[in-house]
Amino acid sequence: MAETIISLEGVTKRFGTFEALKKVDLTVALGERMVICGPSGSGKSTLIRCINRLEEHDEGRIVVDGRELDQDTRNVAAIRREVGMVFQQFNLFPHLTVLDNLTLAPMRARGMSRKDAEEVARLYLDRVHIPEQADKYPAQLSGGQQQRVAIARSLCMRPRIMLFDEPTSALDPEMISEVLDVMVELAREGMTMIVVTHEMGFAREVADTMVFMDGGEIVEKATPAEFFVQPKSERTSLFLSRILAH
Amino acid sequence: MPTDRATRRLPPMAQVLLAGLLLAGCSGGNYTWGWYVVSPLNPQGQGNIAFLLSGMWQTISVSLLAITVSIPLGLLVALPGFGRNRVGQGFNRAYVEFIRSIPILPLMLWVYYGLPVLTGINFDPFTAGVITLVISDSAFEAEIFRGGLQSIERGQHEAADSLGLSALDKLRFVILPQAIRRILPPLGNQFIYVLKMSSLLSVIGVFELTKKANELVVTLYRPLEVYSFLILEYFLLVVVISLFVRRLERRMGADQRQRGR
Ligand SMILES: Nc1ncnc2c1ncn2[C@@H]1O[C@H](COP(=O)(O)OP(=O)(O)OP(=O)(O)O)[C@@H](O)[C@H]1O
Ligand SMILES: [Mg+2]
Repeated sequence: MAETIISLEGVTKRFGTFEALKKVDLTVALGERMVICGPSGSGKSTLIRCINRLEEHDEGRIVVDGRELDQDTRNVAAIRREVGMVFQQFNLFPHLTVLDNLTLAPMRARGMSRKDAEEVARLYLDRVHIPEQADKYPAQLSGGQQQRVAIARSLCMRPRIMLFDEPTSALDPEMISEVLDVMVELAREGMTMIVVTHEMGFAREVADTMVFMDGGEIVEKATPAEFFVQPKSERTSLFLSRILAH
Repeated sequence: MPTDRATRRLPPMAQVLLAGLLLAGCSGGNYTWGWYVVSPLNPQGQGNIAFLLSGMWQTISVSLLAITVSIPLGLLVALPGFGRNRVGQGFNRAYVEFIRSIPILPLMLWVYYGLPVLTGINFDPFTAGVITLVISDSAFEAEIFRGGLQSIERGQHEAADSLGLSALDKLRFVILPQAIRRILPPLGNQFIYVLKMSSLLSVIGVFELTKKANELVVTLYRPLEVYSFLILEYFLLVVVISLFVRRLERRMGADQRQRGR
């Protein structure tokens, strides 16, 4: 595969004495689409939140785009500009219009002019198929629309990597596909993506790599073909049989 | 909304108050009321009213000055409480706990009579009064800011962080604008509190409303009428502040158009 853009070596994360991540090793190549699944509490969110330092790891090394995540806050800031994140609860800024949600970070963290930032914002609103919602407030949009705005907001920073933490879990069923469609399009454009999700249809369609986590460890990492057809681990097949049952 | 109802109920409230005063006038026992001393219908009353009202400007300027300086100071005291720096957190707690434990009158006496001994700088009563109110008030405002800032969901911080906004930009463009809407009502309360506490400045000789009333009482010997008038003056000022704060709240709420919040 191509060059490595994210690498984790022996990463451990503790909450108090509880180990949420146990010596995790993982590499992600430029352009790779990785889907992470696993039971609740297995450390999926913790893992991807360590990659943009929303959580600080206790042991090991994390290198993103050639920069090590350490106590140097300049590194953290630089990495955050290159790594976009989409949350389960959207986390749009409720006091700002859609357009202002999208232009804030490019203007403040990338130093873009308002004019340029708005141009980029409208471009991405187009990409997520809601150009007409620019002047509304988040609360005036449906859940699916809000999540697409959140995706566009991250993309406006022109990140090299996108992290998704269960982006469709808070959505009504009929809105899930409109968000997944946008993510599929993004994947086709070659974005490096790590997606925590239980949408296995999406995983089959876009994933280069499937990762199964349990108990703070990566239990299995495989191509979708291997992963879904003949998982190596007992725990993986048990988990798959449960979620594919519905 | 209960706040709107309260606003509409204000005029009847004033009516009840006046009716109460009049009733008291009818059933005053042996006391012969002397409302004429503060009545706008005769020259003496007019003169007295003008004298009492002449303290208005001092009261207003002391209170406005105190609140405008103490709000940013309160924010500055509140912020280290959110940082990771232990010293900053310690400073925040120590400041708040210590300052809010000092009653305003002793603090004012300390600033006016005590501080010059230490610093060699003599404050005029007005300045000493403002300093006192600012110090005392800032501790309460720090707590108001703490509550308001804490009430913003963690997801807002995480979204701002993950977008690469600096801590200052996050505060300025994401957290504070949302917190300020929740902070406004308690800040309004605090302003009312400051306004009332400014009456204590009469003790060190600031010619605000209460001091004027005291002077008049000494010459007229009509404490009941004069102090009733004084209370009415504060009441009117507080009503004006309440209306102002409500309008501000409504204006801020209007541009947000948040559904279900
Ligand atoms: N801030 C925290 N403080 C204490 N424990 C935490 C914290 N965040 C996560 N944990 C614990 O760490 C473990 C892993 O949590 P994490 O959120 O990464 O799980 P997850 O795989 O994303 O689960 P889910 O599918 O429910 O989102 C859980 O046991 C959780 O209780
Ligand atoms: Mg999670």
